[in-house]
Amino acid sequence: MDFNDTKEEAEFRAEARAFLGKHLDPKGDKPLRQRVDGSEFMRRAKEWQKTKAENGYAQITWPKEIGGRGGTPMQQVIWNQEEGKFDAPTGPFTIGLGMCIPTVIAFGSDEHKKRYVGKALKGEEIWCQLFSEPSAGSDVAGLKTRAVKDGDEWVINGQKVWTSGAHYSDYGILLTRTDPSVPKHKGLTMFIVDMKQAGVEVRPIHQASGGREFNEVYFTDVRIKDSDRLGDVGQGWKVAIVTLMNERLAVGGSPGPDWAEIMAYAKEAGTMSDQAFREKLADWYVAAQGYKLTKFRTQTALSRGQTPGPENSIGKIITANHLQDICNSAIEMQDHYGILTDSDRMPADAIFQQSFMWAPGLRIAGGTDEILKNIIAERVLGLPQDVRVDKDLPFDQMKSG
Amino acid sequence: MNFDFSEDQKFLGNEARKFLESECPMTAVRLVLNDDDVSHNADVWKKVVEMGWLGTAIPEEHGGLGLGLLEVCVLAEEMGRVLAPVPWASTVYFFTEALKIAGSSEQQADVLPRIVSGDVVGCYAASEGPGNPTAANLKTTFDGSTLSGTKVPVTDGDVATHAVVLAKEGSGASLVLVDLTGEGVTRKTLQTLDPTRSHAEIVFDKAPATRLGNAGDGEMLNDQILDHAAVLLAFEQLGGASRALEMATDYAKERYAFGRPIGGNQAIKHKLAEMYVKNEVARSNCFYGAWAVSTGAAELPEAAAAARIAACEAFWFASKENIQTHGGMGFTWEVDCHLFYRRAKLLAVQAGAPKVWKEKLVRTLENKNAA
Repeated sequence: MDFNDTKEEAEFRAEARAFLGKHLDPKGDKPLRQRVDGSEFMRRAKEWQKTKAENGYAQITWPKEIGGRGGTPMQQVIWNQEEGKFDAPTGPFTIGLGMCIPTVIAFGSDEHKKRYVGKALKGEEIWCQLFSEPSAGSDVAGLKTRAVKDGDEWVINGQKVWTSGAHYSDYGILLTRTDPSVPKHKGLTMFIVDMKQAGVEVRPIHQASGGREFNEVYFTDVRIKDSDRLGDVGQGWKVAIVTLMNERLAVGGSPGPDWAEIMAYAKEAGTMSDQAFREKLADWYVAAQGYKLTKFRTQTALSRGQTPGPENSIGKIITANHLQDICNSAIEMQDHYGILTDSDRMPADAIFQQSFMWAPGLRIAGGTDEILKNIIAERVLGLPQDVRVDKDLPFDQMKSG
Repeated sequence: MNFDFSEDQKFLGNEARKFLESECPMTAVRLVLNDDDVSHNADVWKKVVEMGWLGTAIPEEHGGLGLGLLEVCVLAEEMGRVLAPVPWASTVYFFTEALKIAGSSEQQADVLPRIVSGDVVGCYAASEGPGNPTAANLKTTFDGSTLSGTKVPVTDGDVATHAVVLAKEGSGASLVLVDLTGEGVTRKTLQTLDPTRSHAEIVFDKAPATRLGNAGDGEMLNDQILDHAAVLLAFEQLGGASRALEMATDYAKERYAFGRPIGGNQAIKHKLAEMYVKNEVARSNCFYGAWAVSTGAAELPEAAAAARIAACEAFWFASKENIQTHGGMGFTWEVDCHLFYRRAKLLAVQAGAPKVWKEKLVRTLENKNAA
């Protein structure tokens, strides 16, 4: 056992590091996103994405024919690690390149691939994913946005929710209901939608945390050509599964303050002698290590050219609850004073207070704790599926609320 | 990144699993459980000796296989899965490691070959009553040539031929090596929560003993030995926790209630998913401990503590919720769930309860941070 790169990995890492060093500054105290305004960040993000694409670093595992590098998953991991050490403006392209474009590649026509893949890769066009609805979250297949055929076009009416990046996206992949008279999974169809056309209205969601990072998207008599359909009519669920499989690869990363930050805070606050706190601190260290080291196991499988085991599925269940728990303790550590959110008064720029309000969302986004446990139980342990009373029922006879 | 066992080590694990499933089924464990006069399964122990496993991490010059602690980790997990009712952990994780860490070359040359041959069965005697032993509270004393005092409880203390004992010497503590078959030693078998791994009270009355390591180094050496043992015990716990999850999962698939398998209900599914998460957190921390202990890394204190804390939690949770998943059946003597519950608790308190290791871990983190 060791934590070293193989010779080939070390060479690729050195190459990546040299390239990054030529184009970017090392990570500073504050990320770029907090130093410049939104439009300037987007300008730099697009510029950086273009540079990556032109040099074969944009999507390392994609084949060269479509602009990738033809590299290994391990090389992608190494690239992400190295890029993370620099002040890189990343983010707006993750969903498009990680989820939407792979779906276009899998189900789109040759024209689609020619038209969309290159522009997305170079950061010229941004994509979003339009699945969730107000009454279809964990149960996405229960969605209601209607697509009705009219000649060689479809007419779309309905509402999507929690759409990241919809306000700056050029295109989206849109899951709709085309046939309400059949059971819910069978009446769905996927489309490519132009987000800038008339009838598409994007409204920011005012989140419980106070921020406005996500959107609602309303579709009113929006027209989509039948040629912009992805997969067959009624096969939308199968297409969506491909998108969601890619989501699991795209989501990850430690989301906020961890054991080291709360330990520093406790020293400052003079509470390191509290025995109950010390025991919790040990538990947080063990959980954080468990998460980090489990990723090392996955990387080891990739490095050996093997398919990683299911152990990586524990990630978000651990990190989201872990974050909530640490923030809760950090606030309680200062008793009444802990309620303040003023970043000038509070340690670590009030990061604990901020993350306290972000953590509930993290436990829900990209699969709730409960859904993730269902996935582990069913796919890893092989336990039976839940009872699904709506499974064979025509969608228009289903109860919803 | 190479953070996993090698193909050879995995092969060793697979072979060990096949061997133990055939030679150490639950009926072999129950022979020890159901008879107060039987301290361990001597047939299984004889076969373990014959396999040469006791010499896994003993150098070839002392008759061992000359492999490393990574191979011991692999075997420990397999021993944990079958709840092996033999003095393996005492002899290998504690006694052998103590000799390797603290023994003189003469002591090693004398004793290590006899461990490999099965003539010496070892145990480790630190505890003297409630609480974690320290130099300040030890009552057993070593005067330079003889040992006096009472150690209780000593895991495998009635089976072992030799013990490494933590004793007071002058104002400090020392480690000493004692022949338990010699004069001045009285042993009494004790009733415990886990009858499948035997325990004794050992009374020393001027028993001849030799020092392991330097006088006054006992506490430091004890810490080092426990760091090694903690990692190896953690793998044994991981094996038990994995087996408990498998038992619960299998039962949840075949037990029907309200017209369907109970494993189709989210209350059961989520419980078992939580078990899986805890087991994987433990496994990853165990791997890190294995890396640290096998390479002598400076990170060993925190790696060993984290492996132990995670493994204690995983086995505790898996063993108690395995009973719960089995319902009334799980509370019967005949169903094996309680054997895992018993073993989980023994392994969680032997070598210091989780609270002791949590404190050790935080102290290590503080010292690192200060440095």
